[in-house]
Amino acid sequence: MRYARRVHELSVCQALLTQVADIAAGRSGAVVERITIEMGPLCGLEPALLASAFAIARTGGCAAQAELVIESTAVTVDCTACGARSLTASNRLVCAACGGFRTRIVAGDELRLRRVELQMGQLLRESAAN
Amino acid sequence: MCQTCGCALTPGKAGAQGERADSRGAVIDVLQNLLAANDQVAMHNRAHFDEHGVLVINLMSSPGAGKTALLEATIVALKARYHIAVIEGDLETDNDAARIRAHGVPAIQITTGTACHLDAHQVHRALHELPLAGLDLLFIENVGNLVCPASFDLGQHHNVTLLSVTEGDDKPAKYPVIFRASDLVVLSKADLLDVLQDFDPARAAAALRALGRDTPMIHTAARRTPVIGPWLDWLEQALKAWRPAPQGARSRIAAAVGA
Repeated sequence: MRYARRVHELSVCQALLTQVADIAAGRSGAVVERITIEMGPLCGLEPALLASAFAIARTGGCAAQAELVIESTAVTVDCTACGARSLTASNRLVCAACGGFRTRIVAGDELRLRRVELQMGQLLRESAAN
Repeated sequence: MCQTCGCALTPGKAGAQGERADSRGAVIDVLQNLLAANDQVAMHNRAHFDEHGVLVINLMSSPGAGKTALLEATIVALKARYHIAVIEGDLETDNDAARIRAHGVPAIQITTGTACHLDAHQVHRALHELPLAGLDLLFIENVGNLVCPASFDLGQHHNVTLLSVTEGDDKPAKYPVIFRASDLVVLSKADLLDVLQDFDPARAAAALRALGRDTPMIHTAARRTPVIGPWLDWLEQALKAWRPAPQGARSRIAAAVGA
């Protein structure tokens, strides 16, 4: 099978590394130093599992030495009845003000690549100095 | 990648939005969904379905909740009126696909090995073995799992999650992501409610409502003498509500994904 997937955290890591490789490509000699992602509790992934999957998935690529920084977001909903904004638990997405259950998630379901930090290799540094 | 439809389907590129660089390195702000590549293929699948006028339902549940049994009873009830096909996701066997084929409808098996979910790429490959022309209804039976399938859009029009009454009635509170993504929750094996006193449908409904959605919940019993009327009604409604999708909207979707 072309895509090896065991837990879905591993498939997401592979997708992440593909995006990072696209960014690093074209900057020859660039080494990925740090990758920052945003994750909400409602994204369906476990941060700890993602971190351990990342340690396996990064091997041999341009991000082999990269650090993964996970920024967690809090579950936040807007009430469509009274308009109040509430911080809630993942499984209790109701309005804290009026108790209404017709709410819209405004934060907490993110799964996004936020930032890639590259370190330029020796060659690039020399050309930048010239 | 897609040779059947001739589309130029390529994984999405990360869109760099801002960059600060000096001689030592660069910091690139991106802000792109990590599942962008999957979502792009899912959109492509959906354009195919819309083009052919096929309503697609993604069926999810924990293992053993009765997805295949519900599909068998559904096929028996509807096959005279609708052309139905099934894409079966399974870890190892093609037992479920064989059960579906025994009812005379096409079933494509995706064996996921040790993987825990279907993704849009796998469904896209399966579509190359499944002629969509003439189909009314396509069911995708996802891998039995209440965690992983929730994260992957396949291109379906509706998500349906089964919760069998042999499980806990607090499952929606334990697996909020999948139940919140559901357009319908089916309480399966409901004929066992009389003997399974621990399962309270009202508690399940309350846990579901606490997820901030007015998701309908219906009861089914698919074995012996199937009682699946409310499910068939929901399907008929979904078919009716979806059928007259304007041609213009379909072409716009197709154009957007380059199909």
